Amino acid sequence: MPDEKKLCLSTSGLTKVFGFGRQKTVAVDHVDIHFYEGEVASIVGESGSGKTTLAKMLLGLISITEGEVYFQGKERDISTQKKKKEYWKNIQAIFQDPYSSYNIFRNIDTVLLDCIHMRGGRHLPHAKKVEMMAEACGFVNLKFEELTKKYPFELSGGQMQRLMIARIFLLNPKILVADEPTSMIDACSRATILEMLMQLRKEIGMTVIFITHDIGLAYYVSDTVHIMEHGKFVESGSADEVILHPKEAYTQRLISDVPKIYEEWDLSTV
Amino acid sequence: MSNAILEVRERTTKNNVILEVRELTTKWVTRFKEDICAVDHVSLKVEEGKSLGIAGESGCGKSTLALSLMGYYFPPLHYMSGEIIIAGRNISRMDPDEVRKSILGKEIAYIPQSAMNALNPTQKIIHFIEDVLQAHDLYITKKDIYERARTVFETLGLPAEVLQKYPVELSGGMKQRTVIAVSVLLLPQVLIADEPSSALDVTSQKMVIKMLRQLMEVGFISSLIFITHELPLLYNVTDDIMVMYAGQIVEEGTAKQAVFDPLHPYSKGLMGSIIVPEQGQRDVKLTAIPGVPPNLKNPPTGCRFAERCKYVRPDCKVIPVGLYEAYGGRAYRCILSEKELRDAYLREAKKDAR
Repeated sequence: MPDEKKLCLSTSGLTKVFGFGRQKTVAVDHVDIHFYEGEVASIVGESGSGKTTLAKMLLGLISITEGEVYFQGKERDISTQKKKKEYWKNIQAIFQDPYSSYNIFRNIDTVLLDCIHMRGGRHLPHAKKVEMMAEACGFVNLKFEELTKKYPFELSGGQMQRLMIARIFLLNPKILVADEPTSMIDACSRATILEMLMQLRKEIGMTVIFITHDIGLAYYVSDTVHIMEHGKFVESGSADEVILHPKEAYTQRLISDVPKIYEEWDLSTV
Repeated sequence: MSNAILEVRERTTKNNVILEVRELTTKWVTRFKEDICAVDHVSLKVEEGKSLGIAGESGCGKSTLALSLMGYYFPPLHYMSGEIIIAGRNISRMDPDEVRKSILGKEIAYIPQSAMNALNPTQKIIHFIEDVLQAHDLYITKKDIYERARTVFETLGLPAEVLQKYPVELSGGMKQRTVIAVSVLLLPQVLIADEPSSALDVTSQKMVIKMLRQLMEVGFISSLIFITHELPLLYNVTDDIMVMYAGQIVEEGTAKQAVFDPLHPYSKGLMGSIIVPEQGQRDVKLTAIPGVPPNLKNPPTGCRFAERCKYVRPDCKVIPVGLYEAYGGRAYRCILSEKELRDAYLREAKKDAR
């Protein structure tokens, strides 16, 4: 990490409230969080702690009840569709469920072509576009020749998630929000996907916001870890600091919940 | 309270082995009449009070094995050969209706992968339980059903109020635990849990694991077969681990042997994908196995792992490999000897260190 950290994305007093009156649920509660350029920041919490809601707000997919999001020091403006599209050139996401991330009517060529067009490559010759797509597929160990004219649902979960990474490779965003990208695939493909994600991050130097419930995974991938409980951040710091020497009881509980192999796993603390 | 239920149970097994499977082979038949042999000559033995873990990546036949073990075959799954012996009875060639009546639930219970979706959203949990118990005993009274359900739920640490709730009112972890509690209502000998915690977060996962262990301690089940791809989980739950690849068993051994000292190159690769939040784990490089499992429509003649194996030799792709016994009561399926494999791993480790 560079010595002087440049602020990439930050929020102040970000709040999301679902429902009103007696059914009011505060999903994200006055969150101030800072993401710096080039870092991998993890957001860890159990289900229902507001991780995904926060991610969706950062992406601009749902409205914000209160507070502001600052992108590169300036207030984010996504009031119109055009501005929103401009914003999405900078921030992209990988979601939890690869099976529902794709439009089922569009084949893989169009999925990848869209990404090239989005980066202003609409006027490139077709051969150049194919070359770019093949390069992106090669990056994630997929063969483009086998994928043409295929549809995403013909692939396995791990392959779909890898195609998602190929998309990110073409789009070249500044920030990537990875919302539990490996929770629905098996441990073996998980290793592949994490390796690719980290390699891609090195290649294009983007900021990764990694959302997960598995603190072991967070420890493996991230520089900074933020622990979230009921819509609030309870602990933040570098990965070694937070995970090896946790201060908050909640963090300690999260760590004790992950199965271990070198130490005794205490089952009595549920 | 739990003792009252335990007395109901009859232990029919004379010897210690509860479930024995010999050379079981089952296949899926597709629309185009192609055979997919997802379980290929699998033999296993589960002893009383022991648990067996089955590991492997997706598409290796773990879930098909779980389905086949029940002895309840319905198209497109077909039985081909082999024997399943539970409580001294061979159920592999039994009539499906007979299996459903006398084996399922009573001898073998099965928790499918998305067990949470198994609950009927329009029924309260207690009505679901009534259905289950009445299917096995027509003359059971509602009071008995409620008492039985309450006893089991409370023994397992679930509040009795759950019985009067609809599935939508329960959280994911609670639903999963409810399904597990319902599956042991008839006190089966063997419980087959197929990825019971894969859709849950770590906290709920721990509760589910605690419950599965509790089932064995309380005596609701005699043995457990646990299927997952999460090796740290398997290591903490089961006594023995079986690694499956392309429908075959490639390694068998105790949990400790399989995790810390794997013999087969495939198990070695699987162990490289373990992520745990412990000191020093950050710098460990994850080793992913390249490629995908072979298509089982026409499996390779030689070793099925040869295509992806680092230590492949020309013989591997030609000679069919059997399951060899190794020192310490373990078995592995590889053409190389134990010593050759260990040497290869050592060389690899040295190369990485440099």
